[in-house]
Amino acid sequence: MSEEKTDLIDVQINGEWHSFPKGTRMIEACRQVDVEVPHYCYHPKLTSPGNCRMCLVEMGMPPRPRPGEDPPEPDEDGHLPISWIPRPAIACANTIAPNMGIRTESEMTEECRQGVMELLLANHPLDCPICDQAGECSLQEFSVEHGNGESRFREQKVKKPKNVDVGPRIRLDDERCIMCSRCIRFTDEIADDPVLGFTDRGSHTVLTVYPGRELANNYSLNTVDICPVGALTSNDFRFQMRVWFMKETKTIDANCATGCNITVFSRQDKIYRITPRQNNDVNSDWMPDSHRLNYHWIDSEARLTDPLVRDGDKHRQATWQEALAATADKLSGISGEEIAVIASARMTNEELLMVNRLVKHLNAGHVDTVPREGEADGYLISADRNPNTNGVKLVLGLNTPGSQLSAIKEGIAQGRIKALLCLQENLVDDAGFTPDELAKLDFFLTSYPMANPTADVADVVLPGACWAEKTGTMINVTGRLQRLNKAVDGPGQTLEPWEIVRDIIQTTGGGNGIYSATDIFKQLAAEVSEFSGLSWGQIGDLGLQLIETGETIPLLEREKERKEKGLIVG
Amino acid sequence: MSAIYKEGKEPHPKERRIVFKNVDRDGWDTSIAMYESEGGYDQLKKALGMEPGAITDEVKQAGLRGRGGAGFPAGVKWGFLPPNNEKPVYLICNADESEPGTFKDRYIIHQDPHQLIEGMAIACFAVGANLAYIYIREEFPEGAQILEKAIEEAHKKGYLGKNIQGSGFDLEIYVHRGAGAYICGEETGLIESLEGKRPYPRIKPPYFPAAMGLYLCPTIVNNVETLCHVKHILEVGGEEWSKIGKPNNTGTRILCVSGDVKKPGYYEVEVGSVTMGELINDLCGGLKEGRSLKAVIPGGSSAKVLRADEVFTVGRGDDTRDLTIWDIPMDFDTLAACGSMAGSGGVIVIDDSRSISWVLNNINNFYAHESCGQCTPCREGSLWMKKITDRVVAGKASPSDIDTLDSVARNIDGRTICAFGEACSWPTESFIDKFRDELVSDTNPELEEKLLNAESITAAANLG
Repeated sequence: MSEEKTDLIDVQINGEWHSFPKGTRMIEACRQVDVEVPHYCYHPKLTSPGNCRMCLVEMGMPPRPRPGEDPPEPDEDGHLPISWIPRPAIACANTIAPNMGIRTESEMTEECRQGVMELLLANHPLDCPICDQAGECSLQEFSVEHGNGESRFREQKVKKPKNVDVGPRIRLDDERCIMCSRCIRFTDEIADDPVLGFTDRGSHTVLTVYPGRELANNYSLNTVDICPVGALTSNDFRFQMRVWFMKETKTIDANCATGCNITVFSRQDKIYRITPRQNNDVNSDWMPDSHRLNYHWIDSEARLTDPLVRDGDKHRQATWQEALAATADKLSGISGEEIAVIASARMTNEELLMVNRLVKHLNAGHVDTVPREGEADGYLISADRNPNTNGVKLVLGLNTPGSQLSAIKEGIAQGRIKALLCLQENLVDDAGFTPDELAKLDFFLTSYPMANPTADVADVVLPGACWAEKTGTMINVTGRLQRLNKAVDGPGQTLEPWEIVRDIIQTTGGGNGIYSATDIFKQLAAEVSEFSGLSWGQIGDLGLQLIETGETIPLLEREKERKEKGLIVG
Repeated sequence: MSAIYKEGKEPHPKERRIVFKNVDRDGWDTSIAMYESEGGYDQLKKALGMEPGAITDEVKQAGLRGRGGAGFPAGVKWGFLPPNNEKPVYLICNADESEPGTFKDRYIIHQDPHQLIEGMAIACFAVGANLAYIYIREEFPEGAQILEKAIEEAHKKGYLGKNIQGSGFDLEIYVHRGAGAYICGEETGLIESLEGKRPYPRIKPPYFPAAMGLYLCPTIVNNVETLCHVKHILEVGGEEWSKIGKPNNTGTRILCVSGDVKKPGYYEVEVGSVTMGELINDLCGGLKEGRSLKAVIPGGSSAKVLRADEVFTVGRGDDTRDLTIWDIPMDFDTLAACGSMAGSGGVIVIDDSRSISWVLNNINNFYAHESCGQCTPCREGSLWMKKITDRVVAGKASPSDIDTLDSVARNIDGRTICAFGEACSWPTESFIDKFRDELVSDTNPELEEKLLNAESITAAANLG
């Protein structure tokens, strides 16, 4: 082995030699060469207790010469023969060693897996038909590959607590639990809320929440995600939909500037579940409960479904053509200096580019967005509750979003501003405007997903799609460009905001020729220097670092530390 | 000074009392004054004048093997402490004596606590530990009190605490009581328990106690009897001490005999100096009247059973010999060569009045109750084995259940985090290897194919 290669170690996996960095866990070495090692308790973001024993593999090392014996001769590639150890080793917690051999397909390894599968199922209730985990259960998956067709277990199964409320959002079935301890480790190591633990002993062991406490932290539902079986289930998703019926859409969370990567599970345009999607540069494998559960309003009765135009004291349902014609009509008598546009930092970069076009087209004198500040939680929730503030800065060119709002308010009060276009914001509830103030305007247009008090005083109300119903890109708190993918269709006549802005421009005499968000992205790449040369496909499912903001995500920083200490694989 | 023992408690002439010298002595008590009157703590004073490394060398030279069960050389264990270590080193005395059939440490603790404390203090000085714990099982409440009192006495006399005997060496010993779990005898389970957690044994690698033990600091865990021997090794020197017993099987050890003999009890003998036959027939007064030997479990209930009529071939090459069970010298290596182990020294004698199914069920019951439940094979398998032998004993098993039983045991053996996997599977494996016919004879062939699940088993009970 040459000098430069000293940090790489040669390991034989199923007869083939490979090189891996020193310190690589056996299971990860196998994964890197597409050799799957089944496991339950191992999770790369958590410590490895080695308790499930599913990852046992046959392992070997070079033979140790007896005193007086010659050391073994290396072959022409410098590899020594391997002396296979009769006792299997766990692949999850053991690191590779020079000239190690791993067999994942040998008789010994297969016997171990079959044995562990049979033992795991011995006291398992096998209630798959009524179990929410069915279809995405590791017990089912590994049973197919490593299980026996029938159980030899004929004894009375151990009875344990079922349907236990361990917290406001989670229910526990102790009979299904395989005691992998992932949830215990998560609450201890990631959520800093170690309320879970085991009580009793042996086969009677039960997962329990500490007396007088509950699993209520804002990251509790991650335990449901990492539970490899149906022991922990989400009250929100429980019995709602079989997992195999749902469509999975990879997208990002829009509840704050972190932009947690998520998967939206939907069926026939109804969202049933949101789970975090692994991105080690954004949210690791986790997301806050408050964000993942914030989707029920999307198919609520309060959604705007059709354009509305003012008719005396009331609004009446209109077609898009009518609403847009009314808009063009009103705006035609108002000069650019008298027009203000308030857009949203919840809009995508593509939508913001269209807003920019609109502002230029109308020669609007005032433009701003509505800031949303909250408290950072020290984990994944950013203080900035807008998902695309960085996009507002880059694409709309606002250095300090929100700084113009009071000037706009004053302009309206003084009659200098006569028309206001409010795009995807609720000014009364979220920006401190009053209905009386807004009533002074000659023309007020608002687009928004939900009925709201701002819309009550508007001349034209347009139904705009929400984050789950649109495609585009956003830039998160660290400066990472990420893709938002449309998971479901919006209700009724809803349009994506970029379409709404395009149509306003078109109806008021501007050009068009834009047919998709990806079209707009091409223009972004051509016009905004930071996007220069980028293509839609390049962004990929995990995004790319567009700019450096200097901001970090606290949970990720802590995971990096644990990885450096060797506590986790990461 | 030769010891006089209480009437009826006199050691057998074949015994050699070193560690148990003061057990059952007439007029002996646990006070420090009594202990000092016979040279107590002299070896500690001597040790404090030595180089710590020299003490480890003496222990290595003595060849002292651990008396807790695994029989690992104590000096070698001490030598595993990492060089250039900057963390505190801890020493833990494992007084969790829990292996069924083992009852030696309790007598040391109850009757000669200062011997243990002196041994620990010497060991601590040798390994550089300033803090030591005695982890004592919950079931020894009186023992814990006796140790507490002895530690207090040793403090007052300057054998513990700061600057012991003016040497500059500091040592505190604390007694920590367990909460009634067999698994706390497993050294990493013990460490977890001592840290206040569930005693889930740690994975090795990386958590070898000598490198990453208590609070992830280097830690030595030794058995009570092992630590007592340290004092005696220092007294005569490692080389002299190594002449006791047999090569690689040095010293004396206390054999605890229980079961079907006339005089069950504890016998301290030179390792390998008595055979199984001498132990049973001479020291223990023989089997009960009219009974014949069926089997012996030689090293605590987890050791593999030896059948009375087996022939054991031991030795290598020209030195190969055939032994009957009566001829087996009670040492580490020969018992291992016979396919079992000297283990914790608990010799369980089983005569022909015993049902093998019942004995195995009794053992399985214990291990199913004591499995900590951390890792899958032992957690699920130990209870499964118990439930099968429950049925065998109750006449509700079919012959194929014995095959299942064997297979379950082999799915545990070698696949668990700690040695409990072997402890709970070896009895079943060896009982089936050696007594399959008897086990099968306790099953009912008519039930074959009829025992499909718990309900049909309940129904089978009514078949008559």
